[in-house]
Amino acid sequence: MTLASSSTSDITYNFAYLDEQTKRMIRRALLKAIAVPGYQVPFGSREMPLARGWGTGGIQITAAIIGADDVLKVIDQGADDTTNAVSIRRFFARVAGVATTEATEEATIIQTRHRIPEAPLSADQVLVYQVPQPEPLRKLEPRETETRKMHGYGEYGLMQVRLYEDIARFGHIATTYDYPALVNGRYVMAPTPIPKFDNPKMDHMPALQLFGAGREKRIYAVPPYTTVRSLDFDDHPFQVQRWSRPCELCGAGDSYLDEVVIDDQGSRMFVCSDTDYCEGRRAEGHVGTQLEQSAGQRLTGGSS
Amino acid sequence: MNVIGDMVPALALSAPLLRVDGLTKFYGVQRGCEGISFELYPGEILGIVGESGSGKSTLLQCLAGLLAPTNGDIHFRNTQGAEVDVLALPEPERRRLMRSEWGIVHQNPRDGLRMGISAGGNVGERMMAVGKRHYGQIRATALDWLSRVEIEGGRIDHKPSQFSGGMQQRLQIARILVSEPRLVFMDEPTGGLDVSVQAKLLDLLRVLVRDLGISAIVVTHDLAVARLLTDRLMVMKDGHVVETGLTDQVLDDPHHPYTQLLTSAVLQA
Ligand SMILES: Nc1ncnc2c1ncn2[C@@H]1O[C@H](COP(=O)(O)OP(=O)(O)OP(=O)(O)O)[C@@H](O)[C@H]1O
Ligand SMILES: [Mg+2]
Ligand SMILES: [Zn+2]
Repeated sequence: MTLASSSTSDITYNFAYLDEQTKRMIRRALLKAIAVPGYQVPFGSREMPLARGWGTGGIQITAAIIGADDVLKVIDQGADDTTNAVSIRRFFARVAGVATTEATEEATIIQTRHRIPEAPLSADQVLVYQVPQPEPLRKLEPRETETRKMHGYGEYGLMQVRLYEDIARFGHIATTYDYPALVNGRYVMAPTPIPKFDNPKMDHMPALQLFGAGREKRIYAVPPYTTVRSLDFDDHPFQVQRWSRPCELCGAGDSYLDEVVIDDQGSRMFVCSDTDYCEGRRAEGHVGTQLEQSAGQRLTGGSS
Repeated sequence: MNVIGDMVPALALSAPLLRVDGLTKFYGVQRGCEGISFELYPGEILGIVGESGSGKSTLLQCLAGLLAPTNGDIHFRNTQGAEVDVLALPEPERRRLMRSEWGIVHQNPRDGLRMGISAGGNVGERMMAVGKRHYGQIRATALDWLSRVEIEGGRIDHKPSQFSGGMQQRLQIARILVSEPRLVFMDEPTGGLDVSVQAKLLDLLRVLVRDLGISAIVVTHDLAVARLLTDRLMVMKDGHVVETGLTDQVLDDPHHPYTQLLTSAVLQA
């Protein structure tokens, strides 16, 4: 790892902001997390020059693993252009002098909140998740001593009770975000607030997946090509969200859609939440119904 | 039919389900209970009586694995017929035993129920804990158990906080018995309930425990409860057992002066 600050970065900070000792501490936690897939490793979370809730857990992981030749992409709700994503990208451009990108395939590190990119990730990429609440059992069992034992002994009946309650109340498993999954057949994990639509992407993903919870001081990981199985019932199998129509901008029928308001009259349309994916498809000539109708009129897929 | 009188000597012929030797618990220098030894046979219901502070709850909590004793041994005969040294079991195995073959009915239903979870979820938890993954079957079994403890099926999705004290207690019992435990521990199961509700709950408990052939250890300070529910009694005073015997014998013909005092106190009441 380089200690030198590159010419474009701010010389008052160490490379990637954190001091080398802190980075080593975080890397040790990361190695342990990778060795025990899905296990929540405690770490000495540091203050970052960004408000908590802005993903300080993810930022600390990125800071600990990033090198001068990495290319960083940051997404928030699937979009590269939200305030949160832009500030984190700028932060690393300044303190590490790294190149940034919006193109999923160009990135070596992708820091995310809420989404996994639609484009399949490869073995030379790392996905860093910003996690608000790492403990999937917390809502049902407030005692940390007890949840630690439940994980330790693989006592996951209570997790199933949470899904039972969903079906009892709504007739189906209504959990759509942060849907619990069993990692490597051993630890149940909270996959951050990603939609359950993205859960199947975590299974046997070639890229390394790292999860950081700054406030809760926990790091966990899913190593490449690891089994990630979403919990369910035999008679209520896990299902992802489906939409009745494709993306109205690019016509994609396989992506996660956001409903966005497009004019002052409150008209709405469904578009890809992954802006890079949507733009890439349009650049390739794919067209959705909205673009067909208003040919020539420029529309962007930016959301939220 | 005098079931109890006929049953106990017959039971004594089989191997004990629970064997307790010299069980002792000190809270620092304060004695909780000391030198307790007894055997519990399959299908037998043992009562522990004694005045407040005599060590009943301490003993029960040590037996149920909720409290680590200072000294002594507990052996339990598991479903495979092997005697396991309960206190030497690794924690995950002891926890597995506690949520499958054992059950604990707490005096306060809040300690035994998940208040934020529906009645059905409360009853279903033990099934899911042992790997049941069919929602329809879990729900059907939960409904069956709710009816067995006389809770209307229509209340299955209600939270326990919407239930009366007696219903909460019955729900707690269903939540435990659903796993068909072989040994149930109860600490004042009818405490805190109105007298009429108490009687109903006692009836229900008696029928369920007898039907399922469950063994139970019941702590109570109420000798009427002990008479209705238990086969055998242990009388405690200052952390020690001062008298044991068949319930009717102990209550009708107490030998120890302390037991005589206890039983006469009830007659006066
Ligand atoms: N946590 C504790 N710390 C210290 N002493 C305790 C503790 N719990 C119980 N004791 C003491 O141990 C003795 C036995 O108490 P225990 O609660 O077992 O009695 P009990 O027979 O259940 O009484 P009660 O009928 O009032 O519930 C008492 O002297 C009590 O003060
Ligand atoms: Mg007590
Ligand atoms: Zn699109």
